[in-house]
Amino acid sequence: MTNPAPAAAAERRGDAPLAAGLSIRHAVMELGDGDTKVTALDEVNLDVAAGEFLAIVGPSGSGKSSLLAVAGALASPDSGTVSVNGQDLSRLSQGKRAAFRLANIGFVFQSGNLIPALTAADQLRLVNRLAGGPKSFDPATLLESVGMAHRAGNRPAELSGGERQRVGIARALVTGAKLLLVDEPTAALDRARSREVVELLARQSREHGVATVMVTHDHDVLGYCDSVAEMVDGRLGAPAPVR
Amino acid sequence: MFLALRELMFARGRFSLMGGVIALIAVLMVMLSGLSSGLVNDGVSGLKSMPVTAFAFDHGTKTDNAFSRSVIDDQQLTAWQGIQGVAAAEKMGVGMANATTGSGKQIDLTLFGVEPGSFLEPARSAGAPLGDKDGIVVSSTAKAEGIDLGTVVTLDRIGTKLKVVGFTEGQSTFGHVDVAYLPLKTWQLIASGQASPGAPNDAQLSALSFDTASVVAIQADPGATLDLAAGDAAAGTSSKSLSAAFNASPGYEAETMTLSMIQVFLYAICALVVGAFFTVWTIQRKHEISVLRAIGASTGYLLRDGLAQAAILLVGFTALGVAAGLGLGAAMPDAMPFALEAEPIAAATALTIGLGLMGAAVAVIRISRIDPLNALGGQR
Repeated sequence: MTNPAPAAAAERRGDAPLAAGLSIRHAVMELGDGDTKVTALDEVNLDVAAGEFLAIVGPSGSGKSSLLAVAGALASPDSGTVSVNGQDLSRLSQGKRAAFRLANIGFVFQSGNLIPALTAADQLRLVNRLAGGPKSFDPATLLESVGMAHRAGNRPAELSGGERQRVGIARALVTGAKLLLVDEPTAALDRARSREVVELLARQSREHGVATVMVTHDHDVLGYCDSVAEMVDGRLGAPAPVR
Repeated sequence: MFLALRELMFARGRFSLMGGVIALIAVLMVMLSGLSSGLVNDGVSGLKSMPVTAFAFDHGTKTDNAFSRSVIDDQQLTAWQGIQGVAAAEKMGVGMANATTGSGKQIDLTLFGVEPGSFLEPARSAGAPLGDKDGIVVSSTAKAEGIDLGTVVTLDRIGTKLKVVGFTEGQSTFGHVDVAYLPLKTWQLIASGQASPGAPNDAQLSALSFDTASVVAIQADPGATLDLAAGDAAAGTSSKSLSAAFNASPGYEAETMTLSMIQVFLYAICALVVGAFFTVWTIQRKHEISVLRAIGASTGYLLRDGLAQAAILLVGFTALGVAAGLGLGAAMPDAMPFALEAEPIAAATALTIGLGLMGAAVAVIRISRIDPLNALGGQR
């Protein structure tokens, strides 16, 4: 994969952030200090439009997690801007960022990261309550759409790895977020389950018009994505469309 | 509390263990409170029931056992009667005596010599008021010793015979010994050492040249605050308010201080144990909390949830422990000085819950320092 100069990429895409989706401009972030200093993000530019499914691949330590952290308003870049649905995240306070994440960004973590004490349905109800959603919220519809309606009353310990990821995806969609950030969703799954989960992500992102960014090591599942970008040493290559 | 309640149910094993500790602490707390109240009653209920504002002891009397050590005279009494705000002041004699009943049973009595008809005359549950030279009104708890109306007790060594004419209302003990009220004159006869065997008679009393007593009992005008220092200066006494005078009863300070110290330790243990539990619990939930924070849960919500969880645990199991403690307390043998009183138990319950919550709060506050970034990447 080629790695064009960041300035050229920004030029090609234009500087105005997308009104729906994720836009990153000239993001630079360094981690650690002194001898351990690492450039996690090096002039990263990225646009992911609503309904688009982008995969980011790259070796460990290349800055993929930092990119997710910055895109998800969990961390601020040292310089550059991050906008979600046209809102510049760097201007928001800590508390406002949490509220923004809750309403606008869905996270899918490795192996689901569900709350052990809650049933599948309650995982979704909790997020709805956190977001101050409607009292009439019914988790059944979302669980149905990820094929988990029959497991609504089961806790994470009673679910398989693939089932946990499906519940995790449903949970990320509860507040109607238009940006989905997915961190290594297939790390704990076998090939068949991995394909099912990524296919589900692709379908949800298409059907709900969600901009989805998935960080993965798993080249096997890239066929379900719209485009793939490679990250090396903090530099993000231009997304290449998947045929 | 959505999450708090579900976690309580989910981790019910762990929470029950912690709850068990809290409940046992509450049981112990009720027991100590009962024992403490019981000992106080046993020690000073005779004083507590008196309509007295303050006692004046002879100047320089050592605090420990001051009631039976102090000696005051009529001049000191008169001085006190003249003090502004004093409604009434009376001499009162206090002494300990061993006695034997007609059936040969040995009993101990605290002799309170008071002027019949004065404000010191005790309220009675049965029998006649003071008046007869040999008539005594004893604590109703003495009934358990086989004392009845008409029982004649003989004071050991001097052989003076006294007859029970009445019983006080409720418990009236002093220094863990039943109180026997008797006319001041009779008390003076006994205290002077001039009494002869048999019931005291007029000849003995009129021949008596002994007009001192132990303390001046002072009752203030309703609503007035007594200037004790002014009275002491005029009368040459050291006076103490009623509750301060409790310390002058035998063993009172030692007993209450010992129990207070145990109770303070219990509260400290409660706060520390609850704090330690919630520290470990919060650390166990670290990953889950970082996920919730990444999703966007506010710190306030998570803190409220964690505190609500601690409150439910504390209130629930403290209530259980207090109920068990009250049940156990009701089954205590009579010989044990034990009294369940609502006020100290309510205060102790509130303290247990309050200090437990403080311990939990110190632990739960860790939630605010958990970084949502931990949710990204591998498990831990």
